[in-house]
Amino acid sequence: MTLTTTDLLLEATGISKTYGAVVALKSASLAVRPGEVHALMGANGAGKSTLVKILTGAVRPDGGTIAVRGRQRTAHSPAEARRGGLVSVYQEPALIPDLDIHSNLRLTETPLEPFRHWLHELGLADLDLSSMARRVPLASLRIIDLARALAIEPDVLMLDEMTAALPANLTERVLEVVGRQRGSHRSVIFISHRMIEIAAFCDRATVLREGETVGVVDVTEGSEERIVELMLGQIVEDMPAVAARTAAAAGTAGAKPRLTARGLSAGTKLHEVSFDLYPGEVLGVVALEGQGQDELFDILSGSERPSSGELLVDGSPVSFHHPADAIRAGLVYVAADRAEALLMQRSVRENIALPFSTRIGQWGLIDLAGERRTVDAAVATLQIDARAGGEVRRLSGGNQQKVTIARWVAGGVHTMLCFDPTRGIDIRTKHQIYLLLRDLAEAGAAVLLYTSELKEVQLVCDRAIVIFGGSVVAEIGVADADEPALLRAAYNLRSDAKMPEQIVAEAAAAEALAEGPADPTAPQPTEPEGDR
Amino acid sequence: MSAATAPVETRRARAADLLGSATQRNAWILGLLGFLALLLVFTKLIQPRYGVTGVQGLAISVLPLALAAAAQAVVVISGGIDLSIGSMMALINVVAAVLMKGQSEEFGVAVVLGTLLLGLVLGAVNGSLVVLTRVPDIVVTLAMSFVWAGCALLVLPTPGGGSAKWLTALVTGSLGNEWIPKAAVVLVIIVALVWIPVRRSRQGLSIYAIGSNRLAALRSGVSVGRSRILAYVLTGLFAAFAGLSLTASTGIGTPVPGPYSLMSVAAVVLGGVSLAGGLGGVFGPIVAVVILQLIRTDMTFLNVNTNLATVVQGLILIGVVMVGSLIQIRRARS
Repeated sequence: MTLTTTDLLLEATGISKTYGAVVALKSASLAVRPGEVHALMGANGAGKSTLVKILTGAVRPDGGTIAVRGRQRTAHSPAEARRGGLVSVYQEPALIPDLDIHSNLRLTETPLEPFRHWLHELGLADLDLSSMARRVPLASLRIIDLARALAIEPDVLMLDEMTAALPANLTERVLEVVGRQRGSHRSVIFISHRMIEIAAFCDRATVLREGETVGVVDVTEGSEERIVELMLGQIVEDMPAVAARTAAAAGTAGAKPRLTARGLSAGTKLHEVSFDLYPGEVLGVVALEGQGQDELFDILSGSERPSSGELLVDGSPVSFHHPADAIRAGLVYVAADRAEALLMQRSVRENIALPFSTRIGQWGLIDLAGERRTVDAAVATLQIDARAGGEVRRLSGGNQQKVTIARWVAGGVHTMLCFDPTRGIDIRTKHQIYLLLRDLAEAGAAVLLYTSELKEVQLVCDRAIVIFGGSVVAEIGVADADEPALLRAAYNLRSDAKMPEQIVAEAAAAEALAEGPADPTAPQPTEPEGDR
Repeated sequence: MSAATAPVETRRARAADLLGSATQRNAWILGLLGFLALLLVFTKLIQPRYGVTGVQGLAISVLPLALAAAAQAVVVISGGIDLSIGSMMALINVVAAVLMKGQSEEFGVAVVLGTLLLGLVLGAVNGSLVVLTRVPDIVVTLAMSFVWAGCALLVLPTPGGGSAKWLTALVTGSLGNEWIPKAAVVLVIIVALVWIPVRRSRQGLSIYAIGSNRLAALRSGVSVGRSRILAYVLTGLFAAFAGLSLTASTGIGTPVPGPYSLMSVAAVVLGGVSLAGGLGGVFGPIVAVVILQLIRTDMTFLNVNTNLATVVQGLILIGVVMVGSLIQIRRARS
């Protein structure tokens, strides 16, 4: 044991942590060798984020040991962990919004030259360091955060859902740069829900389930199955069920559209967007980050008003001045960011009751018994684990997202607008949400689903529209909506655009042959507009 | 058999659940009540003669600040703050005193109703200014505190006026049992009449919602501006009750505002309402007011210098909130 311990860069054994009655970690272990990219996998609630917090010193473990380069160490704060050579980058960038980038760097004592170097490597060389963090787009902030971490040359770099909702072109840059760390004396701990990234860039994967390390897998061809098996325990058969429903529900043409957009425009972000959404269908919206999808959903949900264009619900024109108008017209919105949707300190009951009880009438007393029945029914439908229901912030991320959906299901769904509803939640909950969206469609609701995870389109949608630069550039039926086709369309027909998978293949080939000429079999220039 | 007992059992389990969550939700108030009980015992120990008159005096002296604390609690729950409560109280106090002086008892009823209406208007003005001008609430209400205080001095430059006899009688003496002071009964009735319907209504839920997460409330279809104004209107109403209680208990109008605005903020914090909004109720702040008042009384009994007493009161405020927070943190961890 002692021999192998010294070989390891980071070794955590028997880590346990409980919060009240909730056991977050029973016995987790993680061993990271120098020079490897190590994936940390697990469904939400498996204890992944708790383990990360313990390793970075944000939370103290109840038991277990952590050793860095064979030496016992317990970090009491993130700053201490950082000095010990362990730096993490999270999904939410840790930059102070009211300081410029330069001041943010000074705050963390980041050396400027290495920072610029990494920024260049990550494809963000033209960044103005004097701009306020608040004004920099979210995707760029994530890159800045990563460059800042790389600049201080950590022994262990921890990337926690770093690529979630990152546009595909930036994701490939990030993965490429991170992959290059491999083989040096430094290591990367990589946390992601995207199996393809794990398969492409990680050497080994540690899988957590219910607070325990259930296996360490060498990532090779076909090891994804093994990882998924370990993560899920028994349930894996949900996927085909969703696919079967998709096939069955296809073909709602000829019906009267539930929602019609005619030439919607908003400033410079959205140009002349038109589409029809039919009852009984799930319509996918695919776009790289910042192509106008945020503005489109803001308009549809009543948060913003279009500068021109027309919106029709069930054939009659509508104009929304307030989200309440959209809700009254039956258009309800599910956000990706739970913090924007929930009353965190209030109960599950109040969170679910809020929209439908404020919708019916404004002044009367709440019918408590009726409300409880409706809430209980919604909680049961979505299988929400509401044991910690007194305060929503105590629920897991997946359960929180279910609450944001349950509040609309409770009132009966007419048209649901989902903006990346499965962002950063575990596979099991994702499947439940897919099934729910299909069930809603089957029951006659219309669902508009923007997703940053392209494979969701084939799993859930009947067809998809692709937005690029604020315009609808393609409409693709579910049969043709595989990931390469969608990605190509999302890049707006640039046939020379490299897909992440190709980059992966190239990188692998280059590594194998030391100097392999990258020759992607030139992708067919598709013409998605041809089949209208 | 089993089919019949199952629902009963689930109902019993649900009742136990509700009881459990109710204690958990009201842990802060229960703690405050425990602290209050200890204080009463302590008071009895240092002043064995403390009894009926003491309790009656306590109830009357507590009434204005208790109502002010309820006023502050509503607006703080909605995510705002109102620093003009003391000035609104002074304005209502002098308007009522001037109008009632030398008038009939029946006219006094009309004055009371009229000043309550005035309270609603003052609150609506505060709320509308906060929502429409988008100036931070703390600035608007601080400015309005000068406006309302000035108005009070315009109405009545020096203390004077009078009060209807029935109004004074409403808060003095006891009801039935000598241990039940009328002032306490009046307080309970006012709070029950105003707060319970609000708490049970959709508008009440909206007030909690905008205090908890304004964006989420907006996206859920809550009219944020209207709910914020409503919170200020309720604050104005409670402030009017508080101002009337000054007229009733002193029998005159005093144009210079007492320290009620800031004391009500202190009581709200001590009463378990989060200054960030969305958490708490009006009951906790009222208990907190009783505690603060009793501490003052005890220090008089102990012959503590009044200036020093103020210092001690401030330190106790910090101490109690700190200990309470520590207990909550510890419980959240274990």
